[in-house]
Amino acid sequence: MIRLDNLTKIFETKEGTTVAADHVNMEVQEGEICILLGPSGCGKTTSLKMVNRIVPPTSGRVFLGGKDTTDYDTITLRRQIGYVIQQIGLFPNMTIEDNIGVVPRMLGWDRQRTAKRALELLEMVALDPAIFLKRYPKELSGGQQQRVGVARALAADPPVLLMDEPFGAIDPINREIIQDEFLKMQKQLGKTILFVSHDIDEAVKMGDKIAIFRAGKLEQFDTPDNVLAHPANSFIADFVGGDRTLKRLRLLTVGEVMDAEPPRVKADDSLSSALQLMNDTDYDNLIVVGPRGRAQGVVYRSVAEGRQGLCNDHHSGLKATVRESDDLRTAVSQMFAHDLTWLPVVDDEGFYKGYITQRGITHTLGRTYRDAEQGA
Amino acid sequence: MVDNFDQIVMRTLEHISLVGVAIGLAILTGVPIGIAITQNEKAANIVLYVAAIMMTIPSIALFGIMIPVLSKVGHGIGYVPAVIAVLLYSQLPIIRNTYTAIHNVDPALREAARGMGMSSLQRLRMVEIPLAIPVIMGGVRSAVVMSIGIMAIAAYIGAGGLGTFISRGISQTDARQLITGAVAVSFLAIAADFFLVWLQSRLTPAGLKRA
Ligand SMILES: Nc1ncnc2c1ncn2[C@@H]1O[C@H](COP(=O)(O)OP(=O)(O)OP(=O)(O)O)[C@@H](O)[C@H]1O
Ligand SMILES: [Mg+2]
Repeated sequence: MIRLDNLTKIFETKEGTTVAADHVNMEVQEGEICILLGPSGCGKTTSLKMVNRIVPPTSGRVFLGGKDTTDYDTITLRRQIGYVIQQIGLFPNMTIEDNIGVVPRMLGWDRQRTAKRALELLEMVALDPAIFLKRYPKELSGGQQQRVGVARALAADPPVLLMDEPFGAIDPINREIIQDEFLKMQKQLGKTILFVSHDIDEAVKMGDKIAIFRAGKLEQFDTPDNVLAHPANSFIADFVGGDRTLKRLRLLTVGEVMDAEPPRVKADDSLSSALQLMNDTDYDNLIVVGPRGRAQGVVYRSVAEGRQGLCNDHHSGLKATVRESDDLRTAVSQMFAHDLTWLPVVDDEGFYKGYITQRGITHTLGRTYRDAEQGA
Repeated sequence: MVDNFDQIVMRTLEHISLVGVAIGLAILTGVPIGIAITQNEKAANIVLYVAAIMMTIPSIALFGIMIPVLSKVGHGIGYVPAVIAVLLYSQLPIIRNTYTAIHNVDPALREAARGMGMSSLQRLRMVEIPLAIPVIMGGVRSAVVMSIGIMAIAAYIGAGGLGTFISRGISQTDARQLITGAVAVSFLAIAADFFLVWLQSRLTPAGLKRA
């Protein structure tokens, strides 16, 4: 959908020349979010701006949907590309509603449709239209303005979005929330997005692909998991951080790692049958479920070995549970918090869905290293 | 007495119409010039320099220069040279303020506008001019106040207006006429300024006003 072909930008200034983009090659598929990542001044913004020709390339080309962007008239090109600039750039002379409606109005939408769209988009970025539609930009906090900036870029439903640190001014807690909202939205909208960030956590969370730049050069272009598991060089390894493997925990959900058919015992099973099951399945504890399958507690091997009776009378309570959709970071965090090496996975109603262990997690995270070794 | 009052009203209206026409024309020329020169820094420097030089020519001298020139088209004295003089003097504040205001529009806003696919004209109309209005109006205000003073001198070339009382007061050594003229000119300038302050705030987009 978006292809950069040997894209190069050299700035000539009185102080000297800066190579802001140096023969950058990459391709972003339709519906993907590609994060442009790297330290300040590495050329992220410049590369982004060459896509909508705000910055004319020194050499190289940009293709949009297979067509060279120089073949488009710039105005037509830009109307297809939503643009969120790093400085937010809301027009101070217009209300929030009018800011969002700029492109629709230029496209000739009628008043009613434009107004409806503004309302819809404000809701989408979690700002109450009743409060914000008629306000002016200066009456909004930086974070609120950024959300309006995102809404404005989406207004005419362009297939492509360029977003330059769109959540930079939002505090960490709200940033997480708006990132989640944005991802949810993206699931429905399926835009092709170039997204600049200098935050590795944001990149890992938001990106289908990550492009890491250093001094104008594209150093690695890969999936978040590969960037974290196999950084291409020491610069990237340093940039993504010494805890990069821990960051990979975010990329996997509990559902992907858990044992989905774990052995279990009913409340009215005897401890001896539980012990038998543990021996057969190599489990050191078993979840006790109710008549309809809700997780009620756990029987430990030590208990089953030392006592007689029904599971119902000898099980312990569950200190923590996780959901299938939780990421592994949440699961590991729960394990650490409760001094456990395992956790039961339940659904919203408490039904027992699976069993996840630290070993299982380690094993899954290690798979990519084992594959790499075998490949080598 | 009634007669005098009628005279004052008549001369005031005359004065207003002279200044009004001159300023109107000055806005129609100065604002586009101010916008145009934002495209080229060199041109901007030259235009602003010329306009500044113009301001330094004493008004009496300017009228003197125009008499032979405009006589050729039969308007050596009177309304036409008066309006032209004020038009020329008003260029500097109007061009300079327009230029500065448009030039100082936050580049991020210009970039956002370009990124949204606005043409340069749309950008001017939807973003740059609305943002520049308060500053442009500031230029118009100083031009108006200055012009009201300059127009008083235009009575010497027979343009009429409140300057008539002043010139007559001087030639007839009649302090009453002289003072009437001077006070009326000052009042007019103050009143015009108040009106323009009001107009400026009316024209300033709500989003730019201080909360
Ligand atoms: N208009 C310009 N003229 C001259 N040099 C420029 C210009 N724009 C950018 N540069 C230089 O190009 C390099 C890349 O800048 P760019 O804005 O793309 O960085 P960035 O990766 O977006 O950084 P940040 O994270 O700080 O936003 C920098 O060294 C910058 O100084
Ligand atoms: Mg940048």
